[in-house]
Amino acid sequence: CSEDVLNLAPKNDITADQVYSSEQGYKEAFLKTYASLAMTGGGGEGSSDLAGIDAGQSDFLRLYWNIQQLTSDETLCGWNDPGVPDMVYGTPDADNIMVKGIYARSLYTITLVNEFLRESTPEKLSARGITNTAVIESYRAEARFLRAYQYWVLLDLFGNPPFITEENTIGKVAPEQIQRAELFTYIESELLAIEPQLALPRQNEYGRADQGALWTLLSRLYLNAEVYTGSPKYTEAVTYAKKVIDGGYALTTSYANLFLEDNYETSSSELILTINYDGFYTKNYGGTTFLINSTIDGAMSPASFGVPTGGWGGNRTTSALPAVFDDYSGETDKRATFFGDKLANDDLGVFTDGLRITKFKNIKSTGEAGASQGGTFSSLDFPLFRLADVYLTFAEAVLRGGNGGTAAEALAYVNQIRRRAYGNTSGDLTSLTLDEILDERSRELYFEGYRRTDLIRFGRFTGGNYIWPWKGGVKDGRSIEEFRNLLPLPTSDVIANPNLTQNNGY
Amino acid sequence: QTYRLTGKVVDDSNVPLAGATVTLKGTTQQALTDESGNYVLNDIAPGKYVIVASYLGYFPSEHAVSLTASQMLDFTLSSNAEELGEVVVIGYGTVERKHLTGSVAAVQSKDFQKGTVVSPDQLIQGKVAGVSITSNGGAPGAGSTIRIRGGASLSASNNPLIVIDGNPLSGDGMTGTASPLATINPNDIESMTVLKDANATAIYGSRASNGVILITTKSGKIGRPRLDISSVNSVATVANTVDVLSADQIRSFVNQQGTDAQKSLLGQANTDWQDLIYRSAFTSDNNFTLSGGLSNMPYRLSAGYLEQQGALDSDLMRRGTAGINLSPRFFGKHLKLDLNVKGTLTNNDFANTGAIGSAIAFDPTQVVRDVDGPFGGYFEWMEGAVPDPLSPRNPRALLDLYDNRGNANRSFGNLQADYAFHFLPDLHANVNIGYDVSRGWGATFIPEYAASNVANKGFFQRYKGYQNNTFIEAYLNYVKDIESIRSNINVTAGYGYYDNKVTTQNFASYNALGEVLSTPNFPDNPQQNRLLSYYGRLIYSIADRYILSGTIRTDGSSKFNPDGRWGIFPSAGLTWRIKGERFLADVDEISDLKLRLSYGETGNKDGISNYGYIPSYYYSVNESQYGIGNQFYHVYSPIAYDSSLRWESTETTNIGLDYGFWGGRISGSIDAYVKKTKDLLATVEIPVGTNYSNQLLTNVGNMENRGIEGSINIQAVRTEHFNWDFGFNITVNRSKVTNLTLNDNPGYQLAAGWITGGTGNIIQYHTVGLAPYQFYVYKQVYDQSDMPLEGVYEDLNGDGAVNSSDRYYYKTPAADYYMGFSTSLSYKRFTLNTVLRASVGNYLYDNISANFGVARNILNPSGFINNATTDVFNTAFVNNQYYSDYYVKNASFLKMDNIGLTYDVGNLDALGKVTMMIQANCQNVFVISKYKGIDPEIYNGIDYTLYPRPRIYSLGLQFGF
Repeated sequence: CSEDVLNLAPKNDITADQVYSSEQGYKEAFLKTYASLAMTGGGGEGSSDLAGIDAGQSDFLRLYWNIQQLTSDETLCGWNDPGVPDMVYGTPDADNIMVKGIYARSLYTITLVNEFLRESTPEKLSARGITNTAVIESYRAEARFLRAYQYWVLLDLFGNPPFITEENTIGKVAPEQIQRAELFTYIESELLAIEPQLALPRQNEYGRADQGALWTLLSRLYLNAEVYTGSPKYTEAVTYAKKVIDGGYALTTSYANLFLEDNYETSSSELILTINYDGFYTKNYGGTTFLINSTIDGAMSPASFGVPTGGWGGNRTTSALPAVFDDYSGETDKRATFFGDKLANDDLGVFTDGLRITKFKNIKSTGEAGASQGGTFSSLDFPLFRLADVYLTFAEAVLRGGNGGTAAEALAYVNQIRRRAYGNTSGDLTSLTLDEILDERSRELYFEGYRRTDLIRFGRFTGGNYIWPWKGGVKDGRSIEEFRNLLPLPTSDVIANPNLTQNNGY
Repeated sequence: QTYRLTGKVVDDSNVPLAGATVTLKGTTQQALTDESGNYVLNDIAPGKYVIVASYLGYFPSEHAVSLTASQMLDFTLSSNAEELGEVVVIGYGTVERKHLTGSVAAVQSKDFQKGTVVSPDQLIQGKVAGVSITSNGGAPGAGSTIRIRGGASLSASNNPLIVIDGNPLSGDGMTGTASPLATINPNDIESMTVLKDANATAIYGSRASNGVILITTKSGKIGRPRLDISSVNSVATVANTVDVLSADQIRSFVNQQGTDAQKSLLGQANTDWQDLIYRSAFTSDNNFTLSGGLSNMPYRLSAGYLEQQGALDSDLMRRGTAGINLSPRFFGKHLKLDLNVKGTLTNNDFANTGAIGSAIAFDPTQVVRDVDGPFGGYFEWMEGAVPDPLSPRNPRALLDLYDNRGNANRSFGNLQADYAFHFLPDLHANVNIGYDVSRGWGATFIPEYAASNVANKGFFQRYKGYQNNTFIEAYLNYVKDIESIRSNINVTAGYGYYDNKVTTQNFASYNALGEVLSTPNFPDNPQQNRLLSYYGRLIYSIADRYILSGTIRTDGSSKFNPDGRWGIFPSAGLTWRIKGERFLADVDEISDLKLRLSYGETGNKDGISNYGYIPSYYYSVNESQYGIGNQFYHVYSPIAYDSSLRWESTETTNIGLDYGFWGGRISGSIDAYVKKTKDLLATVEIPVGTNYSNQLLTNVGNMENRGIEGSINIQAVRTEHFNWDFGFNITVNRSKVTNLTLNDNPGYQLAAGWITGGTGNIIQYHTVGLAPYQFYVYKQVYDQSDMPLEGVYEDLNGDGAVNSSDRYYYKTPAADYYMGFSTSLSYKRFTLNTVLRASVGNYLYDNISANFGVARNILNPSGFINNATTDVFNTAFVNNQYYSDYYVKNASFLKMDNIGLTYDVGNLDALGKVTMMIQANCQNVFVISKYKGIDPEIYNGIDYTLYPRPRIYSLGLQFGF
């Protein structure tokens, strides 16, 4: 026999040249970068791109949401699953599975972007005879946007992650570590570089990033710049928030509709970027399936949430969340969607010790249920970036001394949000303080994955100046150490990658 | 003037022996007997001769004659069962035991485990030192986990290579059957030979690191046709179920500790759910064999039919087997052909094993059926209008409303031609071609109204898979006695080509109404690999005392990059037959003494993906599309790969001693070994960002196994009517991980064992310096009365807080040592056999109690009542304490696997043409263990819903015609 008999190739899996042989192939490889945010893997809800973590828990939103919410003053989870209690206490260690998960998920998505950029250079396009290079160019710019967004997540959570671009190839050479300030500069420069190549606001296909998304991310980056680099950039935050505000977006009339299954129809004017799910075709045990099921249990009538066979009874509120509402009944401020009657969080393991929320539903505004295979999966798209957050960013940046806007404008934007909530002007504020902004962010954006970053920016995440139930692992809450403003790099990677230095304190 | 000598060679029972050799001692003159046992020696000069008749498996017989005329001389040879054992099957040939340099153990069919044995691997359970065989539970046709001298790998396969009559099995799984080995009829097996050290296995190169088991099937013998019929019928009962609370205990528990709402959930029934899912199971195993010789062709035809019920209600396996074995000889034995073909049809009804866990957890106060219920009339916990998603499902409904029927048809066989050259009879050319094909298919159906699948309105899916393996091997073998230098050389050089292909068909899944649930992207998924090999062996013996052997094999595998796909696997062995030395020649007490030394390298590439070195993409399934605009798109994902993937290689050093005293009345072996595996194929954490995942299967890490194993066989009593034999073996094996990371990092731990309960709880890790699969737990604190204190653990690192850094490594599932003991006692026509096995120092994680044995499981806050294991009274834990070392239990055990009585009725008729044997057997007789779960023997060390191994009572009849 000739040795050639030993050259066998898989039948269904294909090579890069086959994938990228057509424009359609480029699109389907490019969309994996979005799919990596929405799903755990490409082989159905039980599959995962990551290893060493339960597949259902390995999607971007579930991991990111858990870290942002569970550590904060808004959310408690009673599950005794690995890593959950420590996350609730705000003291995850370097072996925490969610810490490891988000780190691996974001870097994985970055690796996908890098691969796409390597495969879509002008040389490769011409070698493969792809003629519509303008379309591929726009994919490249969007892929770089997603990479910048994922680096922002790593910047915010870890500060000093490994750093890879399309210059790094696949193999065994361990990436270098980047320092937080340097990473800030990189993200900023990337976003500025690709700005002209992205679609104009609201001009891209639904679900894809445009300049509005880019400006939102830039304004958020600048708003937190003092935390990231020590140097404030509130003027820039105002500038880019203003660009979004002037970009043709508008608040929707109904707050509730933002979190209903047909939000892409009813609320498109406010949604800047979404992660899209479908109860049949984009299935996953994370994402909004997790968000809806984990916040309700069987006693809350899962069918009325569009998940008749679901209800996992996990995530609920601390008593601190209803407390930021003047009236948490929902009668006046319609954003209050609380359920239940016990505010106190006596037993962490008991789902009913604390109010539940009913914000997210796999139900259309018409009352019709969203598509859901098996009655568990959700079709609700998650608002990753939305206008109300940008209004609050604008207001906060102005209050913190940023140029380009006035206090009156800031107050007006905040009151626009409140008028929607109250349905009239009865909730209008007459003046703004930073504390009021922090509370307003909670009222408007609770359970949407913003809170940990907000508390850190306000200096209230660590230390003892603000405590809430179960902070630090005790029922009444206690101080936690300042180094916890950054998460630890996962132990597994500190071991695997000799270039990494663990964050201080861990 | 010359004369002629003629005669007949027969055995004890006057059956002619065809192919026996009759030699004039001291001359080259010899003859072979024909099919009637007759021989003719022509042209003999007058004189005195010693004539020797010999036949493999018989004591040679000598007669002195003074030849003065042509005459007749008959021989009667008596059987020498021991001598059969003197020729040992090794890879690509046989050698005389005295020339063996490797560590090899053979078990003959007479020593197999008896009774109802469905899977061949279980025939030698407890019989061979260094070999641990753990059945994977009591399901019909369940396979076993076989480990020879511990596992040599972490992520790649640890299974030995199994070769049946020269046909190497691929080791791939098979669709439609519980285990591929269960498609082989144990009644067809003559002997099983285990190759343990590298000198014995290295001839199999890249597939040899985990040892090799050579199975030889029965073949025909020249002689009159013989018909054997046997029937073994048995009943199996579940001896032990999980200790759970009774209905009354649940009622009193809930009434004392539950809320009013919980009390109102209690039912009035007394339902023993475990009793309801298990049954007394019948098995009938019937075999029919016709063997004999036609002219120069021994043949054996066999057929078998097995019907085995599982102890879990509705489990059933039916197996029809047929085998043919022809061994014609041509050209005066210069050409030997061996044709082996086996075929199997199996048909299985697979029960829903999910019922095992549900039967432990389900509330015993509830009735089984609640006729008005919407779910086929079975009681279910409800949450509004739907079955509560968090509660267990009715165990009886899980069994009754589930239908999974699988079929697996398999045939394997080979044709081996061995030609001794006419001009040079010491040189043999051997060509062996073979195949192993199977086709499995089936379907699973769950009706629309089953609570288990109410969300989707039932379930239906077909499955189908094929296996197509072929191989060709050819070798030359030259054996020569060189009297002048008192040497014997035995040289083999060969070539092999192996093609393995497994194809899985993909089908859409539907609900019971025929609505599509999921559709596959691709109609099928073929997986193929090939191996190309060259191998050689030299055995050189001097004066029958010093035997040197060397083997070398080079393998090229399609699983690796062309730049690194060839591996070289050498071995060397030296045997000193001390008994052959002059100083022992007169020591009659010592009948055999042999020292063996060996060293060799072997490889491993099984259990890893076929295309792991090739960068490629996969297309997402229908359920994993991304929606943008108004359209869903399938997406391409790059697959993590390691372009420099290569063999795992294991170096084994072995020292062994074979001994025999008093003419073999006492015999055995002692071996000590060190196995070091490097370039371990392990799935480990890689620097995140370097590949398309955070873990990758790559060559990293080292591990080692060290051990001592010994066996002793004693023929304690040998009289005309009374014989008593003992066999005992013991194995001590220590496994240790010596490196796990690309850069040195002793603290690294690799997740290895997940438990049930919560999501993603990991209980076992591999870590450097310790045995693999260490339990990693908290150290439980106990009160004065030895009750564990819930959630109170020792602060092992003394930092004042108990957190995850206080977990410690505590025990492993591997035994410190394990033993097998067999004895056979015969008196006149009765024979009593028993086999016992013991394992000491093996620990189990009691996942059943950790998961079910807490108060919160009974008083479930989600609005239903469950049962708990009685361990809840030992701990009084309210919440699950998964990581407490309380649940890591000593599972050392002594088991009696088998006890049986055989009565040899002997001849039923005056002519002696019909013989009969009666056998009564009990399997799984008793277990002595401190472990309180249902069975302490669980390979991976995590006890969770094991399919109980039943106790089996069987009665067998055998007729010979």
